[in-house]
Amino acid sequence: MTQISMTVNGKAVSADVEDRTLLVSFIREHLGLTGTHVGCETSQCGACTVHVDGQAMKSCSMLAVMAQGAEITTIEGLAPSADTLHPVQEAFREHHGLQCGFCTPGMIMSAADMIRRYEGKLDEKTIREQLEGNLCRCTGYHNIVKAIEAAAETMAQSGETQTASA
Amino acid sequence: MTHVVHRPHPHDSGPLHVTGTAPYVDDLPTPANALHACFGLAPVGHATIDTLDLSAVWAAPGVVDVVTAADIPGENNAGPVIHDEPLLADGTILFPGQALFCVFAETRLAARKAARLFTLESTELPALTTVDEAVEAHSFLHGPLVFERGDVSKAIEDADYSSSSRLYIGGQEHFYLEGQGSLALPSADGLHIISSTQHPSEIQDLVAEALNISAAEVTVEVRRMGGAFGGKETQAAPLSIIAALGANRTGRAVRFRLDRDDDFVLTGKRHDFRADIRVGFDASGLIKGVDGILASRCGYGHDLSRAINDRAMFHADNAYFYPALELTSLRAKTHTVSNTAFRGFGGPQGMMLAERLVDKVAAAVHRDPLDVRLANLYNETDRSVTPYGMTIEDNVLPQLMPQLAETSDYRARRAAIIDANASAGRSPVRRGIALTPVRFGISFTTSFLNQAGALINIYKDGSILLNHGGTEMGQGLFVKVAQVAAEVLGVGLDDVKISSTRTDKVPNTSATAASSGSDLNGWAAKLAALELRNRLTAFWCAEQGIDGGLTFAQGRVSTEDGQSWPFAEVVRAAYMGRVSLSATGYYRTPKIDWDAKTGQGRPFLYFAYGAAVSEVEIDTLTGANRVIRADILHDVGRSLNPDIDHGQIEGGFVQGMGWLTMEELVYSARGDVLTHAPSTYKIPCASDRPDVLNIDLFDNANAEDTIFKSKAVGEPPLMLAISVHSALAHAVSSFSPRGRWPDLDAPATAEEILRTIATERTQAL
Ligand code: FES
Ligand code: FES
Repeated sequence: MTQISMTVNGKAVSADVEDRTLLVSFIREHLGLTGTHVGCETSQCGACTVHVDGQAMKSCSMLAVMAQGAEITTIEGLAPSADTLHPVQEAFREHHGLQCGFCTPGMIMSAADMIRRYEGKLDEKTIREQLEGNLCRCTGYHNIVKAIEAAAETMAQSGETQTASA
Repeated sequence: MTHVVHRPHPHDSGPLHVTGTAPYVDDLPTPANALHACFGLAPVGHATIDTLDLSAVWAAPGVVDVVTAADIPGENNAGPVIHDEPLLADGTILFPGQALFCVFAETRLAARKAARLFTLESTELPALTTVDEAVEAHSFLHGPLVFERGDVSKAIEDADYSSSSRLYIGGQEHFYLEGQGSLALPSADGLHIISSTQHPSEIQDLVAEALNISAAEVTVEVRRMGGAFGGKETQAAPLSIIAALGANRTGRAVRFRLDRDDDFVLTGKRHDFRADIRVGFDASGLIKGVDGILASRCGYGHDLSRAINDRAMFHADNAYFYPALELTSLRAKTHTVSNTAFRGFGGPQGMMLAERLVDKVAAAVHRDPLDVRLANLYNETDRSVTPYGMTIEDNVLPQLMPQLAETSDYRARRAAIIDANASAGRSPVRRGIALTPVRFGISFTTSFLNQAGALINIYKDGSILLNHGGTEMGQGLFVKVAQVAAEVLGVGLDDVKISSTRTDKVPNTSATAASSGSDLNGWAAKLAALELRNRLTAFWCAEQGIDGGLTFAQGRVSTEDGQSWPFAEVVRAAYMGRVSLSATGYYRTPKIDWDAKTGQGRPFLYFAYGAAVSEVEIDTLTGANRVIRADILHDVGRSLNPDIDHGQIEGGFVQGMGWLTMEELVYSARGDVLTHAPSTYKIPCASDRPDVLNIDLFDNANAEDTIFKSKAVGEPPLMLAISVHSALAHAVSSFSPRGRWPDLDAPATAEEILRTIATERTQAL
């Protein structure tokens, strides 16, 4: 057992965890933040994507102890406040970028990071390539890509791309 | 005029999904003392169990209980129709990875670790794993189904030309993003099971049978699934039965989420097929006779294989009239995982036979395959009876296909592609194009399943609670059925509260499958809503002394002469006037009758139609291939919700494309699934989608009395992707001698494309 502390969605948390605990298990089981999903546990599907110190990470490919001292943002903490959505969340909702919704939190976290890295300058082809690590089995990705394009535009216009991730 | 149906409405759970607050089974809060389950999987294939030593499993830290077949109080069965699929192996191991026992432990990790600590001594038995081996050994689940018309041998012999070929069609793993999961909660009133399943009623029955209790003591609930595609129709049952058993034995809640690798190994897949085709035709490409054999790998048990193979037969003609025919369906029994439902349910494999034979004919007579397709379509006069004796009355393909050819500029593009391929010289790039149709029969072919129930409660404040037997797996069923209820009751969509599917609210339901979800449950909800509307109308007319009817629209109840009241006011008055505000609706599909014994009848209420043009590019040095552009024209009748239907068409097409181009299941000689994780089993990712994908809805009201004249949409679009496979074969055919069509198998992976090019090059020498 190791004691770890980190900031998750702006709140300081600490816990004793087994060294082998995956970050995703810590988030889901210890913290009860179940919006981060587990699709494969082998870093293939992207459903578990969160932000670690502002960068998108598949939380099943990282141990909780490796996140010691880090700032973590999960889908539950992405929105700036309880009654406003993050522009990427808003775009996914508006452009129907989901069917079963299981891939959605991971998609949104990857998209927010992608927009930050490209400073909002994203074309369809780049989005498609950048999204290869996030699988969706329901949609044909069309509305997901459309949502990301729209969010990138909104965020570039409002200058939010610098702060896409907390 | 309608106000709520025939309009785009987003998925009802959208706002929750984007914030990560829409819970799936594994996200639900569970009692602190909940146990976790894990199966111990057979490390060998077909074998007899000599000894199974579980002492180390019992001794492992955190283990609370371990069960084997002997511990099941009732029936040791997870098979839905024929009870030939043991929940836990009993004496014999039937396929590699079969569940031998189940551990219940304090944590998921403890259960998973303990599940590996068994010692098995077994004696290996001979294993049949492929269709070829099983057919050779005459290993079948049951006898063949045969459709016959006329003297096919004579028809083929007398025809100007004939062609014979063999086509292998691969299986497909569902890869629902949310793996199988279940939660069993014991209580004084019985067991409450929350499952990620398309078929709660069946799980209720199987749990009751396994535990030797009555169905009334088991409630199965499902709010949503993270994708299913047929893979949670029967395959969700084992987890729920075993979780229920654990909960019953320990008095504690049991959670069970399958690890993804175990999910691949343990659950059935789309059946892979071998199609043998002989066809006779004239110089214009008109088909005279078809002799086809469809053999599929069913695995070790029945599951739904009978109905799936029946459906392969129903679609082995796809859109084409075969004047003389003999079609035979062989259901191979193998020592592999028992294959199951997957979007299309055998239909796609049957259609592959039809489309391949048409391509063969077209190549032989040197015509554009589109012209041969059009020439062989069913018509409404002398060529309208299917091999199973159903007359087609709603065929729109003779209009739909030319319309798509026109809007997609098919002919000019095909000419340009043929020119470009001919002058490609040393460039490794070749292109291909194909336009293929889909005609998909709608109804469960097991006729009694075509029934559904709904329950609507109106509360005193005018709010409405909707419940029905259909399950939500992302396909948008809940929003569609809510639209129907809102339309009939004349309220806004937001006024109808959607609730989870529960066997204690609407009993004895069929699986949400066969694309029938909104057809069946939509009608059941409509009937419940109509019943309530009629009660309110009768009451209010009497109360207000109104002659004539009332209209319910936009939250108001109005008379013809312009008097109008808020819906909620009428509801409250009706309550005070002692009118029941709760109603059930029950629907059964009319007209269908199908006799499996004679192979004749009307299995379907109607057909859904569509067509797609796909253009592909292959790299002839590497076999790499991609779809450059696809144009789809699809018939959903009068769409209940065009946005949802678009999503289904796009998703279905891309999933079909994955099946036919990249998703390859590889088995070991003794039948292990070797591609048991997304690292080795590739589904389409964002960059695999066609660069251009145009989707249009064909304007066509359903000729039958379906819910608001709509048509089912879940499965049919998957088969639009057959155009991709045909286009790939077209690209490869640029290496074929004139008159030959390549025997490209499915999936057309890079390796398969290279292999076929090599064959065609030798043929050309
Ligand atoms: S669960 Fe982490 S990538 Fe699939
Ligand atoms: S919406 Fe179901 S996996 Fe993406």
